[in-house]
Amino acid sequence: MRLDVVLRVATKFFLPFILLFAVYVQFHGDYGPGGGFQAGVIAAAAIILYAIIFGLAPTKRLVPPALVEALVPMGVLIFAGVGVAGFFTGANYLDYSNFAADQAHGQEWGIFLVEAGVLVTVSSTMLAIFYAFAGRGRR
Amino acid sequence: MVLLTLMAAITIGIVRLRNLFAVVVLGGIYSFLMASVLIVLDAVDVAMTEASVGAGISTVLMLGTLHLTKSEETVPTHTPILPLFVAVVTGAALIYGTFGLPPFGIADTPMHAGPGGDYLALSIPDTGVANVVTSVLSSYRGFDTLGETTVVFTAGIAVLLLLKRAIRPQSDK
Repeated sequence: MRLDVVLRVATKFFLPFILLFAVYVQFHGDYGPGGGFQAGVIAAAAIILYAIIFGLAPTKRLVPPALVEALVPMGVLIFAGVGVAGFFTGANYLDYSNFAADQAHGQEWGIFLVEAGVLVTVSSTMLAIFYAFAGRGRR
Repeated sequence: MVLLTLMAAITIGIVRLRNLFAVVVLGGIYSFLMASVLIVLDAVDVAMTEASVGAGISTVLMLGTLHLTKSEETVPTHTPILPLFVAVVTGAALIYGTFGLPPFGIADTPMHAGPGGDYLALSIPDTGVANVVTSVLSSYRGFDTLGETTVVFTAGIAVLLLLKRAIRPQSDK
């Protein structure tokens, strides 16, 4: 992997834009296409691209596998926790209407938090599966 | 129509090729064509998912799997008669099923008579979210999406259980 200067420079150039696009897809999901699932996959794809070009060891220093495996259940917990939080505001499970003063704002907050949970679980699951495959090596 | 013809051509290529690397790359191209078809059908959210998951992540995972095995498909040891028969019968049943579908793009089909119109009308006053796909997924049908997230979580944990155990050092026995 010494001669692929073009790939390395191009990857370094593209990575911030891919991550920025993932953030855009996440937070603009209310108005345009996209949401937590797509943003999670795009963010995971950016890190997988880094791993393909620069090798697995630097990527594991950047995004430790232990962190990834901790984030896999964390997203589901965020999602379910937002649902439980609905109880404390006097609504049903996964009803976000009372999160803010009026219903529409509460719903927006709930959707925002829930999409964050989806993002965390999807991106970390994709990365964990990639690490599990790439870390085995040829026998 | 052009897209569907290209997809059929790629499928024939996938069936005929023995080099699995080329098959994986053709599979990625197939996913991109599928995403284009979904954009033509105005299903932008699904197209985005198809492009990122089908063409991106699964191609990478397939290449990772190829790295672990041989990249040449072995010659099959059994005759393809029975699988061919099953595939032809299933395909014929599916094509027969499409005759019962309403014509494409008709407004007064059973699909559009249900609560879909209510979602379109109520999304902005209820949730303030302009993209109805997002409001249905996260708010109206939030419980389904919680289930889907749990499915992703379960799949990830299952893969980790299967693959992580194999690389445990030998002294661990």
